[in-house]
Amino acid sequence: MNKNTDYWKENLRLVAILLAIWFAVSFLFGIILADTLDAIRIGGVGLGFWFAQQGSIYTFLALIFVYTKKMNALDRKYDVHEDDD
Amino acid sequence: MDLQTITYLFVGATFALYIGIAFWARASTTGEFYVAGKGIHPVANGMATAADWMSAASFISMAGLIAFNGYGASVFLMGWTGGYVLLALLLAPYLRKFGKFTVPEFIGERYYSRTARVVAVICLILASITYVIGQMKGIGVAFSRFLETDYDTGLYIGMGIVFIYSVMGGMKGITYTQIAQYCVLIFAYTVPAVFISLNITGNPIPQLGILSTMADGNNYMMDKLNTVVSELGFNEYTTQVMGSKLNMFAYTLTLMIGTAGLPHVIIRFFTVPKVKDARSTAGWALVFIAILYTTAPAVGSMARLNLMNTIQTGPVGEVTSNIKYDDRPQWFKNWESTGLLKFEDKNGDGRIQYYNEKNKEFAAKAESYGWKGNEMVKVDRDIMVLANPEIAKLPNWVIALVVAGGLAAALSTAAGLLLAIASAISHDLLKGIFKPEISEKEELMAGRIAMAGAIGLAGYFGLHPPDFAAGTVAIAFGLAASSIFPALMMGIFNKNVNRTGAIAGMVTGIGITMLYVFQHKGIMFIPGTSFLGDMSPNWFFGISPNAFGCVGALANFAVAIIVSKMTAAPPEHIQHLVEDIRVPAGAGAASDH
Repeated sequence: MNKNTDYWKENLRLVAILLAIWFAVSFLFGIILADTLDAIRIGGVGLGFWFAQQGSIYTFLALIFVYTKKMNALDRKYDVHEDDD
Repeated sequence: MDLQTITYLFVGATFALYIGIAFWARASTTGEFYVAGKGIHPVANGMATAADWMSAASFISMAGLIAFNGYGASVFLMGWTGGYVLLALLLAPYLRKFGKFTVPEFIGERYYSRTARVVAVICLILASITYVIGQMKGIGVAFSRFLETDYDTGLYIGMGIVFIYSVMGGMKGITYTQIAQYCVLIFAYTVPAVFISLNITGNPIPQLGILSTMADGNNYMMDKLNTVVSELGFNEYTTQVMGSKLNMFAYTLTLMIGTAGLPHVIIRFFTVPKVKDARSTAGWALVFIAILYTTAPAVGSMARLNLMNTIQTGPVGEVTSNIKYDDRPQWFKNWESTGLLKFEDKNGDGRIQYYNEKNKEFAAKAESYGWKGNEMVKVDRDIMVLANPEIAKLPNWVIALVVAGGLAAALSTAAGLLLAIASAISHDLLKGIFKPEISEKEELMAGRIAMAGAIGLAGYFGLHPPDFAAGTVAIAFGLAASSIFPALMMGIFNKNVNRTGAIAGMVTGIGITMLYVFQHKGIMFIPGTSFLGDMSPNWFFGISPNAFGCVGALANFAVAIIVSKMTAAPPEHIQHLVEDIRVPAGAGAASDH
């Protein structure tokens, strides 16, 4: 039981970190700070605009794959992974 | 070959493919019917999820929204993709571990309550039906514009196709068809985008095209677009906001939670073999979705630029810069005949003036040019994707491809939604509540009948769109965000939330969201019954009704947690159930039932 509690705590920590990044790239960079970030320009568009229409989506992708990889490692570390076929 | 023939050829070929798959992937058990036997590989499942998710709205409407709302439309781009992060991190693996067939089934067992299950079924059916009406309409419109059948015939053909593969194959048939539909729709979306990006910027990759200079090398494409629209009094493309920043924040959040709470998306995660696969399915789904969603800003902005340049061919204010009505291109005439594009020669000069007459400063300037108001009295934004290849003068086969793609998008989403409805009726209501002793064979038959019934109902609404059809997106996302998502998330992450808390939370969440939508848009969207009027000054902190679902969700969380604290804790076996779904081990066993 203790083992499973530790597994769950590590999982929650990972989720919290990833969701913080999720929030930062979309709500923070893409909306709240967009005007400020727009001062930095890449290829004719402001950085805030780029995050809102491109960058946030690429980051979301990275987040899910990082999560999948880390969780699979965590499953093995705590020996709660599924049987291999 | 003329456009008509090629279109028939493309659409006919794709339909034949879908029907072929239907015969190949027939379902013989309830497991295959509801969750495709839980044997779909994550990459294939990701592709099917992407097709399921990307509806006629994503394919046809979104680029138009971007074209006319510029930066403000970012809420759709972020909202409809960011939800997958929530799905992957907060719901998918645990729901897969739980290992049942439907979303209400989870809610019913976790909250040890038939009432909770029924409440979930009602939310699910409401959200799905409102959503499916839009798909049916999309099918009818695409047929009537490009195959020159009438709207009703188009709808019957569409219903017939969905009927064949979803009634026969259930989730198994739908999944394999959706994989084919994804390929058709993504090809149809990106091919014109590549051509247009190449035309305008010389860069064949649309995602880079929007960051490039114009083909003549003088200006950045986005700077050029900003200049062109500002010169005619429109808001600057890259900075125009939708309502306010707070509204954009709430809108994005609502779409994200709504995405993660839409049952037809969630059930896709029940179809993979393992918990591990549920996690990566979300990632693969987003890969396939992102291909379209990162292309959309290019399609939108370049379509806008092409449209403006077609009408305003030179410096603003010079008489010869405005195109003569008689010289208008063929696509202009085609869309005029549908009524979605309308021109009115207000100053009688035989030329087209298209500008923002609501901008007072510019309107004064326009008067000095002898312009008597904006003459493009209607530019329906839904035509942008369909008209785009014509505006960019691309060959006929590209246009035919786009039609087949639009139909694939609408059909795949309709089928996914219909399955969610059918399984809620046959599995949750019939087997779960009314007739638990029903045999598997009977349940499978009931599932097929429920599916046929759902198609009939959706078709009826497609033929007779209710007054509230236009406002339904707000309801679908609002409902999913304010009821289903919080109930699922708390069911996994908070062991203390009990039956009473969950039901009170769901009812409060929906209640608040519906009340807000109805008071601004009319009760059941009947015009004239909105007691506060659909005016932005009356909006709560300027949050539009479509964006309000996240407030309902917050209320749901708060009410559920407080009520649970005041009432008895969930029984011990429920606490064990929660502990069990939190770890992946043993998922294979859980699915045998």
